[in-house]
This record gives sequence, C-alpha cells and structure tokens, in this order.
Amino acid sequence: MNKSPSLRAYAIAYLIFLYAPIALLPLFAFNDSKVIAFPLQGFTTNWFAEMWADQQLFNAFGNSLTIAVSASILSTTLGIFAARASTRYTFPGKAGILGLIMLPMVLPEMIVSMALLVVLMAIGVPLSLFTIILGHVLICTPFAVAILTSAFQSLDRSLEEAAYDLGETPASTFRLIILPLVMPGIISSLLICFTISLDEFIISYFLGGNQTVLSVYIFGQFRFPAKVPAVMALGFVLVCLSICLLTIAEYFRRRGIARSGGKDTGGFL
Amino acid sequence: MTFSSDKPNMIEFRDVHKYYGDYHALRGINATIKAGEFFSLLGPSGCGKTTLLRTIAGFEDISSGAVLIDSKVMDGVPANQRPTNMVFQSYAIFPHLSVEQNVGFGLRRDPRSAADKAKAVAEALEMVGLKGYGKRAAHALSGGQRQRVALARALILKPKVLLLDEPLSALDKKMREQMQMELIKLQRQVGITFILVTHDQEEALVMSDRIAVMFEGQIAQLADPETLYRRPNSRKVADFIGTMNFLPAQILSEGSSCEIEAQGFGRMTIGADQVMGATSGEGMSIGCRPETLTILFDGQTATDRESMATVEEVVYYGDMTYYDVKLDGAQTAMRLSMRNVPGRPVLDIGTRARVGWSPGAMVLFR
Repeated sequence: MNKSPSLRAYAIAYLIFLYAPIALLPLFAFNDSKVIAFPLQGFTTNWFAEMWADQQLFNAFGNSLTIAVSASILSTTLGIFAARASTRYTFPGKAGILGLIMLPMVLPEMIVSMALLVVLMAIGVPLSLFTIILGHVLICTPFAVAILTSAFQSLDRSLEEAAYDLGETPASTFRLIILPLVMPGIISSLLICFTISLDEFIISYFLGGNQTVLSVYIFGQFRFPAKVPAVMALGFVLVCLSICLLTIAEYFRRRGIARSGGKDTGGFL
Repeated sequence: MTFSSDKPNMIEFRDVHKYYGDYHALRGINATIKAGEFFSLLGPSGCGKTTLLRTIAGFEDISSGAVLIDSKVMDGVPANQRPTNMVFQSYAIFPHLSVEQNVGFGLRRDPRSAADKAKAVAEALEMVGLKGYGKRAAHALSGGQRQRVALARALILKPKVLLLDEPLSALDKKMREQMQMELIKLQRQVGITFILVTHDQEEALVMSDRIAVMFEGQIAQLADPETLYRRPNSRKVADFIGTMNFLPAQILSEGSSCEIEAQGFGRMTIGADQVMGATSGEGMSIGCRPETLTILFDGQTATDRESMATVEEVVYYGDMTYYDVKLDGAQTAMRLSMRNVPGRPVLDIGTRARVGWSPGAMVLFR
C-alpha cells in the first residue's frame, strides 16, 4: 500500500502533541534543578523525598482516595441497577429516564457544580468530602451505566432462564450466573469511575469547602515555583498509577472476553 | 410409529390463550401429551410454538386457560419448581464454568454427597457421548458438543418432561441428522416425555410419535407423522408438510364414499375419510404426494389407474429424479418423484408418458 508521507508526518506530530508533555514529567521529576527548563541539570530523587514529606499532600491524596473509592463504588452500584433495568425490563418512560441518567455526561461540569452548590447552600448542607462524593457520583454514573449496559446486553437471556430452569432462584441466578459474567464490566466501571473522580477538579473545587483534594492541591502548588519539581514527581507517580490501573482494567476485559468465548472488538489498549 | 394411548397424560393444555398487549399469540390451545411420548410442535416462525413450549417451562404466563403437568395445574408455579427442564436454542451453556460444572449445575441443591454427584455428572456425560470431557472449558466446545452438554445438564435432574427449543437448528445438516438419531435413541433409553419445537417438518416427521402443526397461535392438526403426511386435514398443513400437488376438483355425490371429478384425473371414487373439512360441490381441490404418482415405462401396467401426461421439467437428484408432469386436460403441472433404478432411463422434457396413480392416495380439500 502506498502511504502518503504527509499523512504519516501528521500522525507522528499528533502523537508527539499528545504524549510529549507527559514524557516531560519523569524528565523534570528526576532533574536536579528548581527551574523547569532545559538543559537538564543532573539526576536526583530529592523531589520524591520532598513530596513524601509533604503532609498536606498526603492529606489531599487521602481525601481524593476516599472520594474516588466511594464515588466509584456508589456509581457502579447505581449503574448495575440502571443497566439491569434498561436491558431486561420495559417500563413507561424508559427512554426518557435513561436519557436523563446519561445527560450529566455531556452537561458542562461547571453547570453541574454551580447548580449543586446553589442547592446545597439553599438546603443548608455543609460542604465536605461527602458533598464532593455526591457531585462525583452524579458525573460518574453515566459512564458506569454506559459500560455496564454493554456488559449486561452481551449476556444471553437464556443463560438466566437456564439457571432458573435448573432450580435456582432469581437471587441465586444473579449471584451464580449474571454477576460472574458481568464482573469484567463491573471492574472496568469501578476503575473508570475511580479515574474520573481522581482527576476531577471543578466539582471538587466548588463543593469541597475547606477540604482539599489532590487535583485542587496540585493546582494550588503551581503558585509556588519552588514546589513545582515536587509536583512533577507527584505527576510521575500518578502516571505510573494510571498505567497500572489501565493495564488491570484491560486484563479483566480481555479475560472476560476469553471466558465467554467472544470476539475481541477493541478496548482501551 | 403408533403410540399407545393408554399411557397417562403428562401435559394438558386447556383452552390456553396468550396475549402480548394486543397481539393474540396463543388462540385457544387444547391438547394432551402422553407420558413417555416424543411430541413435536411444528410450525413456521411466529406461529406460537416456542411460546407454547415456554408456557410449559414457566417462562411465559398464560392469559387464560390452564397448563397441567402430570395432572397438576401449573398456575403460579415458577419455572424453578416445575418438573421440566429445557434445552435452549442457543444451548445457554454457562461460559464461565467447565463442562462438569455446567452439567452438575442443577445438582447444587441436591442433598447427595459430592462423590455421588460427581458420579451422576460422569454418567450423564457418558450418556450423551462426552465421556472424559468434564474438565474442559465450556466455551471451547463445538456446536454439537455444546448441544450434548445442554442435554446432559437438563437430563441429570431426571425431569418428567424435557423441553427442546429448536435444539438442532444451529447444527449443519450431517450433524443434525446424526443428533436426530441420537435424540430418538436417548428418548427411548430414558423414557422421559420429550417435547420438541421445530420449524423443520422433516425433523418432526423423523423424530416424533405425534406432531402438533401450528399456524397463527392455533393447532391446525395433531396427529402421528404418517397420518399427518398421508391425511393432512387442510391445504395449509398439506403445503407445510412435504410437497403436495393440488388440482381443482368437484364433488359429484357424497355418502360413505364420494364420487368426485378432478382436473386431469377425471372421475374417481374416494373414501369419506379422504375428504377434509366442510364440503361444497364446487371450488375444492384434490391433493396428492409426488411419490404416489409413477411414470409407467414400457411393459409396466398401472396398479390402479393411469392417465397420459407430458413431461415439463426434469430434476435429477442422484437417487431420485423429480419430474413435473402435466396431465392431459390439467391446467398446471404436478411434481412426481421416481426412485432411480439401474437400466431405467431419465426422461427428457417434452416426452409423452403414462402416469399411474391411485384414488386411495388422494386427499380432497375445501
């Protein structure tokens, strides 16, 4: 096949634009200089040590973890209900209800967070980690529903009927047949929601009150040039964590496909 | 091919109706299936045969009427408490379990010891010809093997009734014919009532003790294969089962036997049992199967009657040759099948031929 050289150049430029900034993170995370600039000054792990010693950072990281774990579990649970309902049952207004569930996916987060803030203030709920979790569940649930709906949809209905026919109750059928078969979808959903929540800035900033999460903390640190290399180190750690999470998600997705004997139709990696 | 009718009733449908919204899927089903019978529900897609099967399994509620299994009304009895097991069209093999876990799935609530259950699983696998396959992953099996696993999984619970929803439709022709024979043998061996849903009339004829032919939510005819084939009770059933030729006919006189006149055949006398449905003098049609017509070669004489005809089409099938012949005086050609015998020529199109036939093989339809 005759490939156009300009298309090839475009593809390469595109990839550089996407990934070069991320590649800079490890470079400056190990660079022995407070200034983020070339040329590189030499190798150091001081920034990791500085990061490690930062109590506020740990606090923010702990908050982020609490939020991300709660939000991903809550939205995945809600997603299971919604996906099950949308794939198995018909009820009046189904399309409209599902549309409303999916809407926050395309709604600007700014609007969601402003609206939530106004409502929470009006009914007098104090801003805390809990309010951030609420906001994150709102934006994560559509993703959970999307992922889980496809998992539930690929489930042959007669599998359920077969288990039922062989003497199981609806509850034990769910536990023995449906849950194991949609487990890859559940794990993907948990991981995606976790990542979305961990990354999220606007809602966390608006609804956090005096509680700081990681994304907000990192943004704040950029005001102090001396802190930037430590933030780079933190960024590098986060990149490594993300790659681990994605790999795990992909592993479960592929294992799910292999188990059910399906055909791989592309995934994250 | 006859089935003794002194066996007890296993399934009874009493005026079963089923509506999906406005759609009337089952329109007053009345039928009885005997214990130990191999029974088929045959019909085109959308005729309600699968729905009817699912009312036995408990997967579909009925709108009115009653379904009885072993003389007990099944109203309100959920699928997991009915003495039936099902082989699904897609087989519904649990993909995350091994073959033996699949087969032993229904024994989970069985109080027997693990060793006894393992023995039962091994026996079930042996019965369906999958001895030694127990440890395999279910998703690594071929279509035919899945079919066998599904059978073993259903039969291990020793149900009173085994329901089979188009179990052979996903298999290729050779495999299907092999499985048909195996299913017949298996049914005789275990003695369980089998109810098969199929759209394949040949499959139904080959396997069943009795067949219910369904159209549009109703049973059009319920009979043993031979009766269904030789004496279909309507043109529709005749058309659905095998091939049947039709020619216009009229009744001249009625009684214990009927005097009729058919296009091409002329006058003949047939028994009252050969007249299907309400009669009227005019506008009837006579039907005959291709193999009841024969071409008479030189020196052969008709066992019954003969008419002159012209060969219009010849289709050679190896063991058989199909001819389309037009009887003198008939408007349309009829299909005729001849077994090919060494030394007998295959006729050319346009040949004049004597066609032998018999009034006893005719059926008169409204």
